Amino acid sequence: MSPLVYTRFELLRTVRNRRFFILSFGFPLVIYVLVAGSVKHVHDLDHTGLSGPLYFMIGWASFGTMNAMVACGARIAAERQAGWTRQLRISPLAPRAYFVTKVGTSYMMALITLVVLYLAGASFGVSLRAGGWLGMTGLILVGLIPFAALGVMLGHLFTPDSIGPAMGGGVALLGLLGGTFFPLTGHGFLPELAQYLPSRWLVQASRVGVGGHGWPAKGWIVIAAWTLLLSLAAIRAYRRDTGRV
Amino acid sequence: MSERIELRGLQKSFRGPQGPIRAVRGVDVDVAAGETVALLGPNGAGKSTTIDMLLGLLAPDAGSVSVFGRTPAAAVADGAIGAMLQTGALIRDLSVRELVEMMASLYPSPLAVREVLALTGIDEIAAQRTQKLSGGQTQRVRFALALVSNPELLVLDEPTVAMDVEARRDFWTTMREFAARGKTILFATHYLEEADAYADRAVLMAHGRVVADGPTTEIKAMVGSRTIRATLPDVESEKLSALPGVSGVQRRGEAVVLSCTDSDAAIRALLAAHPQARDIEIAAAGLEQAFLELTAEDPSGEAEAEAAARAFGR
Repeated sequence: MSPLVYTRFELLRTVRNRRFFILSFGFPLVIYVLVAGSVKHVHDLDHTGLSGPLYFMIGWASFGTMNAMVACGARIAAERQAGWTRQLRISPLAPRAYFVTKVGTSYMMALITLVVLYLAGASFGVSLRAGGWLGMTGLILVGLIPFAALGVMLGHLFTPDSIGPAMGGGVALLGLLGGTFFPLTGHGFLPELAQYLPSRWLVQASRVGVGGHGWPAKGWIVIAAWTLLLSLAAIRAYRRDTGRV
Repeated sequence: MSERIELRGLQKSFRGPQGPIRAVRGVDVDVAAGETVALLGPNGAGKSTTIDMLLGLLAPDAGSVSVFGRTPAAAVADGAIGAMLQTGALIRDLSVRELVEMMASLYPSPLAVREVLALTGIDEIAAQRTQKLSGGQTQRVRFALALVSNPELLVLDEPTVAMDVEARRDFWTTMREFAARGKTILFATHYLEEADAYADRAVLMAHGRVVADGPTTEIKAMVGSRTIRATLPDVESEKLSALPGVSGVQRRGEAVVLSCTDSDAAIRALLAAHPQARDIEIAAAGLEQAFLELTAEDPSGEAEAEAAARAFGR
């Protein structure tokens, strides 16, 4: 009697779902290769202090991993519609264990995406010390926590046929405003707004790679606040959905 | 620890377009350990809502549920309940065997996976992916998922609806084997024959209430043992119900169906008073007749009897 077997089969299911599995990291990889190829020789992209291939490696890693995390919502929505969630609710598997499994699966996909993009980055000449790679990866994994909560929340608010636009649009918007696709420079409303978005701090994780500091206090606070907010919203959505008080 | 399942004063309403729908309006049911009980009633009687509350999937507006002395949530957490819900698909990208193993892993004392595959007749499709199964095969796998948990209480909500005749027979054979292990079984059905053939006891529900509760034989005895059916136009129902030995009258076009407490007395009196009666049939009343009788006693019973008749395809 252990959720470990359940988790093992859940991972197996994810890998067997070929289209989902390959598109999850294939899509960011292809775009990265196209974008990074065009800025291969830029050493200081838009005064960010980062080389083109490094900046976009993290930009597209952010986009890919955000998607991987939020994708757990699609799987939850599908299992709700199939009635599988109800079947699990009359089993001893605790809801918490179910979500841990779902989020764990998302983290597996996120890690695969990171490794694939790191390899692509390395092929474009991104070279960092071991500490740089690790520090950057650590920050990204922490920065993804609010997106896991976002996925769980969306999974309980939307049906399988409406969650696609919600996820795609939401992640694209957060990515755009967070500087995933191109650097947000200068002053003004958008760069100011970006300071308060979790996606922006994912992209910022790349600074550790070049020996810069990780997040300032503001980054940690923004990530913590979004985690708290989205977790509460996810719990609320779950309770409303299942009629539990 | 109580050895019973107790539903006390259960009530549940849902919001509907024309105000609240009172799906369950005060249900009291006791089930002893080891009993097989049928929850019988037409569609919309409140069976599924009652089952959802028994399983802890729905919180009752009023009343309480106790499963062997525990709340439904505690019983579920202990793995004491296994259920086959009315609707539900399987998750994809696993083989049938893997899915059954996955479910078994969640329970404290599951049955052997191989045994369950054999019991439910799915060992031949054990290697197939769940998304490639037919509807009937899916039902068998869902039954296997309920059985593998080896629960104290097995709950089945209209389990045979999507099954063909052969699958249905296999299903009940398996369920009997499981009941013989001393397990408690509660199943919902609107097939009267199923309740009659496979339950120790039937709880009849209509319009959110329990209208009768007892051994199926007792329920039949309660409402007269036989019916007389005859073609007899132009005779008022009141005159017929006044005949000796008649407890109830139903009109179906030109035909009448008399429920009888004493069919011998009734047939003599009927022919004496109305010699034009023809096409006469005397039959033992099924549970279906009992059901119509019982729901007809209620003040709002006529509508319920009609609903019941519709549900039974009359």
